[in-house]
Parts: sequence; structure tokens; C-alpha cells
Amino acid sequence: MSILKMTDIQKSFGDNHVLKQISLHVDKGEVVSIIGPSGSGKSTLLRCATFLEKIDAGTITYDERNAAEMKNGKCVYARNLNDFRHIFGLVFQNFNLFPHRTVMKNVTDAPISVLHRDPKEVRALAEELLAKMGLSEKADAYPCELSGGQQQRVSIVRALAMQPEILFFDEPTSALDPELTGEVLKVIKQLAEEHMTMVIVTHEMSFARAVSDRVIFMDGGVIVEQGKPEDVFGDTQEERTKQFLRHYER
Amino acid sequence: MTLMTMVLKMAEGLEKTCAIFFLTLLFSIPLGMIVALLRGSRFKPISWLAKVYISVLRGTPLMLQLIAVTYGPYYLFGISVSRNKLIPVVIAFAINYAAYFAEIYRSGIESMPVGQYEAAQVLGYSGPQTFMKIILPQVIRRILPSMTNEIVTLVKDTSMAFTVSYQEMFTIGKQIANSQTSFIPFIVAGVFYYVFNVIVGFVMGRVEKAMSYYQM
Ligand SMILES: Nc1ncnc2c1ncn2[C@@H]1O[C@H](COP(=O)(O)OP(=O)(O)OP(=O)(O)O)[C@@H](O)[C@H]1O
Ligand SMILES: [Mg+2]
Repeated sequence: MSILKMTDIQKSFGDNHVLKQISLHVDKGEVVSIIGPSGSGKSTLLRCATFLEKIDAGTITYDERNAAEMKNGKCVYARNLNDFRHIFGLVFQNFNLFPHRTVMKNVTDAPISVLHRDPKEVRALAEELLAKMGLSEKADAYPCELSGGQQQRVSIVRALAMQPEILFFDEPTSALDPELTGEVLKVIKQLAEEHMTMVIVTHEMSFARAVSDRVIFMDGGVIVEQGKPEDVFGDTQEERTKQFLRHYER
Repeated sequence: MTLMTMVLKMAEGLEKTCAIFFLTLLFSIPLGMIVALLRGSRFKPISWLAKVYISVLRGTPLMLQLIAVTYGPYYLFGISVSRNKLIPVVIAFAINYAAYFAEIYRSGIESMPVGQYEAAQVLGYSGPQTFMKIILPQVIRRILPSMTNEIVTLVKDTSMAFTVSYQEMFTIGKQIANSQTSFIPFIVAGVFYYVFNVIVGFVMGRVEKAMSYYQM
């Protein structure tokens, strides 16, 4: 069953046509990596999926319910978009933790005050997740007291505490020093092994190859090629993909 | 008149000086927030009105505003000038300072990284929740130094109330200076304001310190 179905998505900024009829379906338990050159529209696609940008045309369906659909040639969003937001989580490149709040409060506040979950249960879940990410000692720390890698792991915990069905990552390690990317990738790998549904935009090719069920190569606002990682990386079909992947060969 | 009697007489007026100071803060701090939010409204006429408000109140002398609020009703509508001038004085100060505070709030709100809004939006926070829980606490921290500046200015500006003969410390001091042909009351006033501002500086320093438990 597809958790997310984005169909024929179009998005322009002014006359810059960024997404050209893109479709992306993600099944439950699937790990999808999106790779592609800078400016190809990867972030924009995630931002459209998470309603940070409005699409111009196409449909977005979560759990068989339409969040955005075409009516009389116009794209209309559901009136109760907030009813969709608990389905997904988004991990940002630069974390976007709330600096004035402790790690614990960063993680627990939204489930409690947005989803109205039981504070005790939320705290227990948060403790469990922080422990899993090796952050138990940091519950009372402020984000500024953490390394970049720890901050990114906290932001993953913050997203997970909402118990989303699907998690989006936009270059989760691009803002990190090379020695810190490993600890974050490890955590994502662990989530993949637990069959968390994920869509990951990344420039870490070996990581994409290792964790993904499917790899999508985007260029110029379209999906050029997609498939199993061993096919996309090992038996590349499209010339543009080959060219792109050549940059990552040593 | 001995120095001591001068000081005591002027000290009596300090109560009114403090009244202007604290009441102005009490009203202008929230009023400024309302103006700042209206200024940022997406409904153009409202944001334009707020802009005009800020521009006029910052672009004309506080002294004129005091005179306008205190005597305006008499000249315009024949309403007699109220016996208790504290009310018009505080109104004039509050609307004037609200304009300055509104600009400080606005710059603080605009300095917030867009990522904070986006993180809140993805987590499902409503607009008011985002503002109260995420944005405002950080804005307060960011604008405290500018607020301290403005509050220090307010201490000194309370002396403007002499233009409508409100019997606060400076007005009394000026009257003594005239009747005694003495310069001493001005020195006394200077010392009073300075001590007041040292206290303000100390308190605001404490508040800033209490809020700097995190780095931005
Ligand atoms: N808010 C915006 N306003 C105007 N143009 C934008 C906006 N966001 C993105 N774009 C444009 O859309 C195009 C795609 O940008 P996008 O950020 O999606 O690329 P990307 O694939 O994520 O690139 P990168 O690998 O550098 O992150 C770019 O040309 C960019 O300039
Ligand atoms: Mg990007």
C-alpha cells in the first residue's frame, strides 16, 4: 500500500519551471533515495510533499486521502491540511531545532501540544528514542551545547516522536563535518533496518546504495532514472545518470 | 531654600515620575506588539495604517504629542482639561513609545530564521502556537538590548511632562529653579535620573543574563 502518492506534480518559481510532471509513490516500509545535481528540484519535491511549498498542478495523496487534487483544471488543497501533517516528518539539512528549549522539550512539545498525546507516554517514548540514538545524557542540554551530529540526531528524534508513517530527509548530513556524518548515517541505517518508510535526498552515494530499496535520479525537474540501487549504480541506463555518477567516482 | 528642602520637594515628584515610567511601560509594551502585528498583517490597509501610525508618532516631537493629548480635547471639543493630568500624560507616552517598541519588535521578528517557522509548520503547530511558543521567546531575547536603550530613554523623557505642567520631579525642579534663581535643582534632577538609569541598567542586565541560558 502506498503511504504517499505524488502524481504529475508541477511547480514553478516565476518562470523557473522546477518540477515538471513528477510522480513519486512510496510504499509502506520502503526506503527511497533521491540523488541528482544541484538545482534539479530535489528539495523542492520534499518541500511540496511536506506542504512547505504549494504545488501548481498534480495530486498529493497520503494514506489514500487527497491532500491536494485537481478540480476543474485547478489544484486545490484540502481544507484540513493539519490533519495530514502527523503522517509525515521532515529532517532538515540545518536541523532547525528550537534553540531556546532543551532537547527533551524540543522532542516532546509537539506531540503533547499539537497531537494532544498523554505527556507521560510522550516523555517515555522520547527517553526511549533518545537512548536509541545515544543521546540519553543530553535530554536536559540545549541545542547549542551539542555537536552538529548530535543536533541532527535530536532533530531525527523530534520527528520520530510524532510517530510519523513516513520520514523525509533533505541532505541530513550536508551541514556536518565529515567525521560527524557517519554517526547520523548510522542512525538512519538503523531506521531502515526497522523498515521505517523514508525518502532521503542525499549526496552520499555509497550510503544511498547501502540503505535504499529504490534510488531515484533527478535532473532538470524530471525523474531521469529509477530502480534498485544495484541497477541504478551498477547497470546505469541513462547517459545523464552516468555523467552525474562519474563525479562521485574516485 | 536649603539644598535639603530642594531635594525633598523634588523627591516628592519622583512618585509621579515613576508613575509615568511604569504605566508607560505597562501599556506601551503590549500596545507596541499589537501595532507590530498589524504592521505585518497581510491585509494591506491595516498594515498601511500601522505604518502611518508608527511614522507619525516617531516623526513628531513627544512634546507636541503631550500637548495634543492633554489640551487637544479642550480645543477641539471644548472638553475641559482633566484635573488629573496623569491620564493624558500616560496616554501620550504610551502611544509614542508603542511606536518605537513596534519597530523593535518588527526587526526582532524579521530577524528570525525562516527555518524556525518551517520546523514548527511541519510539526503541525498552529500560527498562534508558533508565535507564542517558538518565535516570541526568541524575539524577546534578541530585542532586549534595544529595549534597554529605549527604556533608558524613557526615564529621561519623563521630564517632558513639564510641558503640560504635570507635577513630576523635573517640573517641580524647574519651578524651584525659577523661584530661587538657582541652578542647583537641575543638578539634583540630573543625579536623580542618573541613579534611576543605573538601577534600570542593573535590572535589565539581570534579565538579559537570565535569558542567555542558550546561544542563538
Ligand atoms: N523559494 C524559492 N524561490 C525561487 N526559486 C527557488 C526557490 N526554491 C528553489 N528555487 C529554485 O528551484 C530550483 C531547484 O531548487 P532545489 O533547491 O529544489 O534544488 P536541489 O535539487 O535541492 O539542489 P541542491 O542539491 O543544491 O540542494 C533552483 O533553480 C532554485 O533556484
Ligand atoms: Mg536541496
